[in-house]
Amino acid sequence: MKSTLRPDLQAVADAVPAGARVLDIGCGDGALLAHLRATRQVSAHGIDVSAANVASAVARGLAVVQGDADTDLADWPDAAFDVAILSDTLQAMRAPESILGELLRVARQGIVSFPNFGHWRVRAALTLGGRMPVTRTLPVSWHQTPNIHLCTINDFKALANDCGLRIDHAAFLAGGDRRSGFAANLLADQAVFVLSKA
Amino acid sequence: MLAPVHDQRFGLGRTVRLAEPVPLASGQSLDGVAIAYETYGTLAADGSNAILICHALTGDQHVASPNPRTGKPGWWERLVGPGKPIDPAQHFIICSNVLGGCSGTTGPGSMDPTTGRTHAMRFPVITIADMVTVQARLLDHLGVEQLQAVVGGSMGGMQALSWAAQFPERVRAVVAIASAARHSAQNIAFHEVGRQAIMADPRWASGNYTSDDAPAAGLAVARMAAHITYLSEQGLTERFGRRLQNRAALGFGFDAEFQVESYLRHQGLTFTERFDANSYLYITRAMDYFDLAAPHDGLLTTAFAPAATAGTRFALISFTSDWLYPTAESKRIVRALHGAGASTSFCELESPHGHDAFLLDAPEMNRIVAGFLNGLAER
Repeated sequence: MKSTLRPDLQAVADAVPAGARVLDIGCGDGALLAHLRATRQVSAHGIDVSAANVASAVARGLAVVQGDADTDLADWPDAAFDVAILSDTLQAMRAPESILGELLRVARQGIVSFPNFGHWRVRAALTLGGRMPVTRTLPVSWHQTPNIHLCTINDFKALANDCGLRIDHAAFLAGGDRRSGFAANLLADQAVFVLSKA
Repeated sequence: MLAPVHDQRFGLGRTVRLAEPVPLASGQSLDGVAIAYETYGTLAADGSNAILICHALTGDQHVASPNPRTGKPGWWERLVGPGKPIDPAQHFIICSNVLGGCSGTTGPGSMDPTTGRTHAMRFPVITIADMVTVQARLLDHLGVEQLQAVVGGSMGGMQALSWAAQFPERVRAVVAIASAARHSAQNIAFHEVGRQAIMADPRWASGNYTSDDAPAAGLAVARMAAHITYLSEQGLTERFGRRLQNRAALGFGFDAEFQVESYLRHQGLTFTERFDANSYLYITRAMDYFDLAAPHDGLLTTAFAPAATAGTRFALISFTSDWLYPTAESKRIVRALHGAGASTSFCELESPHGHDAFLLDAPEMNRIVAGFLNGLAER
């Protein structure tokens, strides 16, 4: 299947092993899961808060439940999945720390992607413009954004460390293109981390 | 050209009488059980396209064909029929009247072959599991080894869930809409009001009434009370408010002065023309007894474990304004299915129509059911 995924989703997809049992937390209309099922033959499961999104995902033949990731991950038993994905969602969670814990309770491995609040454009908007940034990866103004827990790449690394998580792999993007980890906290606008329990 | 020989087992208005007795959950058994059913569409050569539709408390086998008694369209034609998510052009669709019913399947109003008299209250108390056991016998008769899906709303959803627990190898997918895995205290309470209304009608006569002297008043009150539980407060308010029926001012009497009273009386009255009071007692009892987890030490996860192992997939749908079988009950089932490791989809749909929403126009419900059934081909 030809890939039509967003670059950050592609970076997440690349970290998923073939045939894995996958949970996509905040799976939206199931685009990533459908892609993973088609290209990597995963067993695809998802959770999303929106009924319309769930209807669309189920209409694709995916096993998706409607629920609130902040509370409903507790419904799954320990190690129910090989991989749990939190794609562009962590920053909208009420309790990111406990979500990370849940991520690696329900799955052996977690994949987390998020917009980097340490990116130079963000810093410039604040430092020079004196305004909350509106950028490619943070397109919504401060009063309308669902993002309540934005962080930088370095913040995330520190949290993962505090939570006793090991970073198995990391990928960085800028303007939709992959880039190296060099000065990523300044130069990458999105990051993808693969985590497991240390 | 020779016309193909028509298989008399398939089509509308069919009945089969079982040769073997049916063992019941109570320990009793029933001889000579008749099952009234309909089929739509053609069973695929490999038998892979059979879908069983299970009806609710007062439903019948006429899911997508006009009811011969009332002349009304099939009760789920919004979901089942040509061009609908469950389509006779694609699926072999089966719907039967439940055990204990009054639409042709053996129930308290049937003749007891051992005594030559109507069963009446001598009919054994039956359960949802017994209904499913009888449906499985029907599949044997039809030559259907495995169902592509079993689909039901309300009590139909209870049967669908029971199918997964009782015959995990015979059902590839379960769709349970506006349903629950057990009857709550409130569910039982409302049913008891209905049963007491029937039993308080002198014409009930301990169940030994004749069809032309049936306890219609009691059954009508039972239906009125139940009907309220199928709607929502918002729905009732929007539809009736405090509007008066055919009058400009309060009459200071006890006629049906409010529109909502008139509506309920009408619902009660028309119900008695198509339903049997003893059947109502027995089927409500079966629903009250329903607790899918009970035979599994109270663990719903255990009830679903064999189905999860067999790869049965589940889809559950609830409605926001349904207070009879609220979303919390569906989520309880979802939790158990997750625990069992079953492939599960669940969605709570917005509706102002209360429990009845599953029978009304619900495009999102149709979209989910269609997608879920189509997706069964995917891994």
